Amino acid sequence: MIRRQASIRVRDLNVHYNSLHALKNLSVDIPANQVTAIIGPSGCGKTTFLKSINRLIDLTDEVRVSGEITVDGTRVLDPGVDVTQIRKRIGLLAQRPFPLPMSIYENVAFGPRIHGLTNGRSLDEIVEHYLQMAGLWEEVKDRLDAPAAKLSIGQQQRLCLARGLAVEPEVLLCDEPTSSLDPLSAQHLEARLKDIKQDHTIVLVTHILRQAERLADYVIFLYMGDLVEHGPAWDVLRHPQQPRTQAYLAGEFS
Amino acid sequence: MMKRNTLWRLEETVMKVLMSGATALALGCLLLILGAVVWKGLPAMNLDMVTQPPQGGYYTGAGGGILNAILGSLCLALGATVVALVLGVPIALYLQIYAGRSRLVELVRLALDVLWGIPSIVYGAFGFSLMLLMGLRASLLGGIIALSLVELPIMCRAIEEVLKMVPFELTESAYALGTTRWEVAWKVMVRQALPGLTSAILLAFGRGIGDAASVLFTAGYTDHLPTSLLRPVASLPLAVFFQLATPFPAVQERAYASALVLTAIVLLISVLSRLASNRLSRYVVK
Repeated sequence: MIRRQASIRVRDLNVHYNSLHALKNLSVDIPANQVTAIIGPSGCGKTTFLKSINRLIDLTDEVRVSGEITVDGTRVLDPGVDVTQIRKRIGLLAQRPFPLPMSIYENVAFGPRIHGLTNGRSLDEIVEHYLQMAGLWEEVKDRLDAPAAKLSIGQQQRLCLARGLAVEPEVLLCDEPTSSLDPLSAQHLEARLKDIKQDHTIVLVTHILRQAERLADYVIFLYMGDLVEHGPAWDVLRHPQQPRTQAYLAGEFS
Repeated sequence: MMKRNTLWRLEETVMKVLMSGATALALGCLLLILGAVVWKGLPAMNLDMVTQPPQGGYYTGAGGGILNAILGSLCLALGATVVALVLGVPIALYLQIYAGRSRLVELVRLALDVLWGIPSIVYGAFGFSLMLLMGLRASLLGGIIALSLVELPIMCRAIEEVLKMVPFELTESAYALGTTRWEVAWKVMVRQALPGLTSAILLAFGRGIGDAASVLFTAGYTDHLPTSLLRPVASLPLAVFFQLATPFPAVQERAYASALVLTAIVLLISVLSRLASNRLSRYVVK
């Protein structure tokens, strides 16, 4: 298997919602095949940043995005670019799991089917492969035809991970993926993310500092739409240079 | 302190009485109508009523039944519901997914609401003049066209409401997989909305099968069973009307029996759609 290397380059990214300036002149390089954690208090623009990368922000009304985001050479924000291709290459794991209204099997097979990714492999093999990768196979192998909605929330989130991976993205965006899970499921999911980063660039939005410490190689700190500080995880989390980062890490604003 | 408490209690009691009173009134009306139909129709009800077309002299008291109207009504309402569904789903999907928020969309919604409110006799008259232009006579086809016009706004708005209930995060996570709007619409939203869709279909069907005015000119009436799209057909609401308009008490009783049959059909379809809806909600994501 070819090792994929997809870094994300962001230059002068600005996002406005009506009169709200949600992201201000963001410029940063997100390294390939590592976990980059975006931290910051709620409302600082973490999710907006994430949704700009896979253009999911297009679904929001009255939003203006300017600047440049390049993922592995492709200029994501170009008006001429094919959004479905962008989103195929950049997966998303959302805050709350929303499986598709179909069976467990169909959920994982959905992406390979619509993108024609079978390449001679059988769908059964593909489904098993990605369910293994998400650490869900053992729990569901005897009831693949059961509705996905019947799974527990923790299982649903891992199903969503398998569904996202089955599309074979280079980048995986995770928007507080453990926030609706119980501690054990959260731990389970974190372990999966660690495995996956070998072949994927992971951008993780989190408000749990310990999670950032456990998973992140690189950290970006946002505050009220400003990129305050970024760098290798150890540097930012242990030796923050900016007063606002220091205050946040000390727990001074939630 | 005491005073506020008693006032609050009084308010609570008055509201409760009003609410249960209104509910009782609505339920009472329904029971009264059902009771009257059963009470007056049951004596005239027999196997011939639902298995035989009218024989000569049926409207003066001779034998036979209303099979012509039962089959006619089923053909009319089924046909119109299929047409309204085929047109309604794309319209609703367009309004909900493709069109976004624009003046035009609001205008279409307003138009649909106005169409919903138009009396069905107007649809009948409109359908009739349309048929004259096309050189069509009163027929099953004409009836289906007029009835589908009656059903379309109900179908569209009901489906749109059902699609609105699909969680935004679900469509969002589907888009995040690199799906096109078409795939999100048909493979995700329609599947999620399937149980609600059956309710929308039932709503439109119920309106269609009970409507007399729109089929009066367009479908005509006949004592024969429906055989061709281009021949007139009978319908249950008109069968009720014609029988009730005779001066013979025995035939008037049959009118109530016909109304009973119509009610039973609507009830049966409701129960069936409930069952279907329960089955279909197996995969729905909450």
